Amino acid sequence: MADDDVPAVADEEPRGEEPRGASGGEGTHVAEHARPTASGRSAWRTLARAASPRATRTQAVVALLCGLLGFAIVVQVSSTREKPLTGLRQNELVRILDDTTRRGNELARQAESLREQLDELESGNADQKALLTVARERAAVQGILSGRLPAVGPGVTIRISEGTEPLRATVYRAILEELRNAGAEVVQVDDVRIVASSSFVDTAQGVALDGTVLTAPVVWEVIGSAETIMPALEIPGGAMAQVRNAGATGEVVARDEVKVTAIHEAPATRWAVPVPVDPAS
Amino acid sequence: MIPVLGLLAGALLGLYFQPDVPVVLQPYLPIAVVAALDALFGGLRALLDGIFDDKVFLVSFLSNVVVAALIVFIGDQLGVGTQLSTGVVVVLGIRIFSNAAAIRRHLFKA
Repeated sequence: MADDDVPAVADEEPRGEEPRGASGGEGTHVAEHARPTASGRSAWRTLARAASPRATRTQAVVALLCGLLGFAIVVQVSSTREKPLTGLRQNELVRILDDTTRRGNELARQAESLREQLDELESGNADQKALLTVARERAAVQGILSGRLPAVGPGVTIRISEGTEPLRATVYRAILEELRNAGAEVVQVDDVRIVASSSFVDTAQGVALDGTVLTAPVVWEVIGSAETIMPALEIPGGAMAQVRNAGATGEVVARDEVKVTAIHEAPATRWAVPVPVDPAS
Repeated sequence: MIPVLGLLAGALLGLYFQPDVPVVLQPYLPIAVVAALDALFGGLRALLDGIFDDKVFLVSFLSNVVVAALIVFIGDQLGVGTQLSTGVVVVLGIRIFSNAAAIRRHLFKA
């Protein structure tokens, strides 16, 4: 294997940094650094000569060992690629298993708490929606009943023209009583909404409703069942009879849509407060 | 040329048979491969140094593999297998680097 034409100048080669690590010759070849290193050109030649196929024992041994190495590399690589955990030691596997278990437990706990939150939010949402719907319905009903909201619906319009003598408050009251008995829900006289506390008062100028003097013709806008209200007003000796007896004229017209636009501002209560609602009920 | 062919042939055989590594050998095969690589580079360097000997190469190859595996085995028995195999890989890696440096200096004069 030795080169015949090794130039002596190759002694300039730095050797100090070369660790004595060549396993092929370690220990056995003490003279490793004693001979001059082959020049670059001859090194390539050495390599080429070694690489040229010859049926020698050296070639066979090297080929065999190289084949072994290639085989081992491929087997190891494929086993690492297929099952990345197989190369690990027992304690590493145990650690990985522990980590995985702990992580899984944490995630399961998180998932559980999130699910609880979701349930809470969903049920709370449903409750709130139901409460809101109920509250809105109540607000609408109570707003109409208390005269706080304008209303629209089928009903009748009553037009009363006073005769020579002004009508007395009792006549108006009789009409209102009759309307209420007949199930009228919303009543407006001229521009005044009639509520629970409304009152007809006889004054020098005429009848005043809640402080507003009514001037003829007095128009009643009533929302309710016209089929019930009209007969109720016209019963003999009833409200309309009283009107006519007093020398005035009244006409009742059923209408599909009566608009009650006047509203009554309820004053804030001074004494009464609502009974606290039990949240459980 | 023939060593390269041998390497290729071994790789092809491995690809063809796809053998499962026995469980007993699983911790040692990677170390053995690194040790064999070290032996291979050592052989190449010896060749360029002009001191290559097939017997030495054979013995060093096999003993490298066996010693590396043995160290890891002992480490496993002592409970420091992971650390010891890391150490072996580091040492073999350093040796591979220095051998590669020597080969490079021979071939490229740099």
